[in-house]
Order: sequence, then C-alpha cells, then structure tokens
Amino acid sequence: MNSDKITKYILFGASLLILVLAGGMLYSLVEGSLPSFRVFGWKFLVSPEWNPTQGNQHFGALAFIVGTLFTSIFALLVAIPLAFSTSLIVAEYFRKTWFANVVSTCVDLLAGIPSVIFGLWGFYALRPFIVSIGLSHQGFGIFTAGLVLAIMIVPYATSLSNSIIMMVPNELKEAAYSLGATRLEVIWNVILPNARSGITASYILAFGRALGETMAVTMLIGNANILPNGLFSTGNTMASVIANEFGEASGVHLSSLIEIGLLLFVITAIINATGKYIIKKFA
Amino acid sequence: MDSSILQKRKTMTTTTHFGARSFKSRLFFSIVLLFALITISIVFLIIGTLAAKGFRQINWSFFTQVAPDTFDAMMANASGKIIPGGILNGITGTLLLVGLASVIAIPFGIVIGIYLYENATKRYANVIRDITDVLQGVPSIVVGLIVYLWVVVDITKGYSVLAGSVALAIMMLPLIIRSTEESMKMVPTTLKEAAIALGTPYYKVILRVLIPSSFSGLITGVLLAVSRVMGETAPLLLTTLGNSSVNWNLAKPVSAVPLLIWQFYNDPNMVNLIWSSSLFLMGFVLLLNILSKWIAAKKSIQ
Repeated sequence: MNSDKITKYILFGASLLILVLAGGMLYSLVEGSLPSFRVFGWKFLVSPEWNPTQGNQHFGALAFIVGTLFTSIFALLVAIPLAFSTSLIVAEYFRKTWFANVVSTCVDLLAGIPSVIFGLWGFYALRPFIVSIGLSHQGFGIFTAGLVLAIMIVPYATSLSNSIIMMVPNELKEAAYSLGATRLEVIWNVILPNARSGITASYILAFGRALGETMAVTMLIGNANILPNGLFSTGNTMASVIANEFGEASGVHLSSLIEIGLLLFVITAIINATGKYIIKKFA
Repeated sequence: MDSSILQKRKTMTTTTHFGARSFKSRLFFSIVLLFALITISIVFLIIGTLAAKGFRQINWSFFTQVAPDTFDAMMANASGKIIPGGILNGITGTLLLVGLASVIAIPFGIVIGIYLYENATKRYANVIRDITDVLQGVPSIVVGLIVYLWVVVDITKGYSVLAGSVALAIMMLPLIIRSTEESMKMVPTTLKEAAIALGTPYYKVILRVLIPSSFSGLITGVLLAVSRVMGETAPLLLTTLGNSSVNWNLAKPVSAVPLLIWQFYNDPNMVNLIWSSSLFLMGFVLLLNILSKWIAAKKSIQ
C-alpha cells in the first residue's frame, strides 16, 4: 500500500465523521424523545397544554411551535426592509465606495455580537423604550423578542443577497438606463427579477437562523407557556423553553424537551435545505 | 404653428411625467438610505451602551479575581461601592473551552475540507457538503441537548469542560470545513499540478503546497469560527453549567464569560457586573472578527 492511497483513505475516513455526527444527532434525539412519544403520541404536536407539575404532568408543544413561528415570521418581516435596504446601499447605490465599506463592516460586526448581549441590550435599552411609548406594560413578549431577533438576522439575510445583487450584469442595467429608466425602475425591473431567487434563498436561511435563536429570545419573550394571542402577548419559543426548563427537568419532562429539540432540528434542517436548494437551482 | 404647440405640449407632459418618476426614484433612495442608517446605527447603539456602562467596572481585579458571590455584591451595592471581584473564572473557562474545541475541530475541519476540495464533483462528496450545511444550521441549543445526551450523561457523568468543548467543536466544524474548501479553491491548480508532475507524494502535495498556499484563508476561517462560538451561551448552559472558581479539570464543570453574563443577568445584585463582562466579551469577539477580515482582505489584494 503506497502513501498516496493511505492519504486518500485518511481524507475519506475523516469525511465519515460528518455522517456519524449527523446520524448520531438524529438517533440520539429520536431515542431521547421516545419516552415522551410513548405517553403523548402525535397529540404532542397539537396539544397547547404544557404542565410540568408533578402528578399532573402533561406536555404538548403547540404553544411553542406557534410561539416560534410567530416570533420568527414577525422578525423576518421586520428584517426584510432593513436587509434589503442595506443590500441595495452596499451592492448598488454606493457600490465599491467607502460608505458601502462602512455599512458592510457594521453589518459584519452585527453578526459578531453574541446572542446574550443582544438579549441584554433588548432588556435594558429596547424594553424600557417600548414600555415608555406605551406599546406594552411589561415590555416582554413576542414584539420585543421579534424586534431584537430581526436585527440579529439582518447580517444573515444581507451577506448572500449582497453578492447576488452585485452579480447582476452591468450590461442589463446600462441597457435599461439608456432607455431612460430611473434608478428605481432599474432596481425594480432589472435587478430584482435577476436576483430574486438568490435574495429569497438568503431570507429563507435567515429565517432558519431566527427559528433556533435562543438566548436573546429567552431574555425577552416573557417565558409564559401559553398560546400567544397577539403581537404583544408573552410566550415561549421552542428554543427558549428548552433553555428555561432544562435545568430542573427529568423523566418525561426531559424527554418532552428533547422531543421539542428534535422538532426544532427537523424544522431548521428542512428550512436550510430549502434555502440551499434554491441557491443551487436558480442562483 | 399648430405643430409647434403640439410639440411643446408633448415635451411638457414627458418632463412632468419624468419628474414624477425621478421623484419616486429619489424617494425610494431616501427610504433605503434611512433603513440602512437605522441598521448601522443599532450597531453603534449597542457598542455605545456597553462601553458607556461597562468601562467603569473594568480594572485590574476584573481580570485577576473570580466572580463575587451574591452576598459580597449585595454589600458593595448597599454601600455604593463598585462590586468587588472579576471574571477570572469566566476568562479561564472560555479559553479552556474554546481552546479544546479548536483542538478537536480544526484538524478534522481542515482534513474534511481538503477531502471536499479534492473530490469536488463526486456524488458522495456532494452529500457530505449538503449534510455539513445542514449541521451548520442546527440551532445551538439543539447542539447543547445532543452533547448533553452524548457526553454529560454517558462519558463524564456530569457537567464538564469536555462536554462544553465538544458542543463548541460541533458548531465550529461546519464553518471550518466550508472555509477550508473555499480557500483551497483559490489556490491555482497549476501549483498543485506542478507538484504532482515532480512526482511529489500526495500527502506532501497537501502539506507543502495546498495548505501553505491557502494558509491565510484557513486562518481567517478558524478565527471566524472561534469568534462565532466564543459568545455562545445556550449550548454551554446545557453542558458545562458554570463554576464559581477557576477549574482546569476537563471532567469538571467550568464557567465561561457568556455564562457569567447570564448568571449576572439572573441575579439582581450583580447587575453592575453585566456591562463590563459584556463589553469584554464583545470587544474580544469583535477584535477576532476584524482581525480575520483584515487577514482576508490582505490576502485578496495579493
């Protein structure tokens, strides 16, 4: 056996680690959630009741699934105008100038700030502001968590769409300008149709990030195990209920938390795969 | 005469029409600019808030003493003094966790990255690449849960440094794999072909040609991965829990700066320590971030 073959086997062998990791993750999550699945079955997905009190235990994930979707969709809706504007500034209006540099550096820094610090800032700066303008009494809830989440996912939404917008051929834009189109018309009729799928994909990936974000949401959403009934309602997301209750959970309670983890794993995997698929297929 | 009036009217309508369109365009630009300014002003708001509130706490003992217990903090608050103590247990813990995670993740990440680069078109490699992307998207709290099941329950029988490091390593791995692959793609294939033509063994091609010529890219990827996991809190909550003293034992729980921030946040007496710890953590993370960007920018100029 020569050294080239050995090297090849080592490279190949290392790549198995990824399969083992992914397979092991899925296996452990499924195995860990079996006790809960045996007790509650599929009802786990549609029951909004979550009661960890001993002797009265009942677990259903619906409140958290709804809470997660509600928070993340709201965050995405807030993030899209911010991200789209930043992308246009960096990749179109001020392309290759110092200002574009400043903006993109700031967005990169935003990506670097740890989640727990976003949570602190939301708690001590944003929450009092929301209370003071009378939007909510306590300042906790889906609205506050969603706003902070929106800011956190802006970098994920822009990083890809910047390069996609930059890739739109100059000839197309120049052709439109030469026909007398304004900047807005060029953006709307030339850049957007060309970059649409890439931009959509980057927003989908950002949405995937929002679903799993834990610390900032845990600090701001109010941690109530109820079905949220409005934008200013408190609630809990799948990630935040795990973070909150993991410490004192055991038995079926722990298993239910693991089942929520499994759900979160599957949902984010599907969302991410969709995003990557769109990029591969259309961009 | 008639035709000239017609001409005039025609130009008038087109200019007013164009005026509306150009106004719309300018209005759109203003809105876009406004939103972009809002986005970047948030960065300055956060950094400014932390700097203004945090710098007063940062002194020598901040780096040399462990976190105070809640009673000491309460006494200091009552007498209006600065809370004694620092975050030494957090700093050493973070260094230990991130260091061990790097030791686990960097070799595997680079080797797998090289595999993907070398076998770019193989079907199996594409599957590995897709799974890596999925792993990158796994929420950090779920990584924490899994490592709890793997290491805390089965190996160390309790919260431990090892568990925390494994969790961070799992989060670093996909980042390093993809950045390795991307930076290898930048290496001109002629370099590799020249080495192969000279009859160089495959492992020497990798060690002497591929890795050195993509080195700055590798460093950038590693630094970014480190800066990503350094501020992670959620997986550590489930795997290392925290420790009130400095610990170097891999089988024992350890604290970390983000864990301390979380602990201070939950303890009303310690609130004043939050800002300095956060400022320190953010400063460190952003420094790594900027450093990696700087290396990447230098590389692209060459």
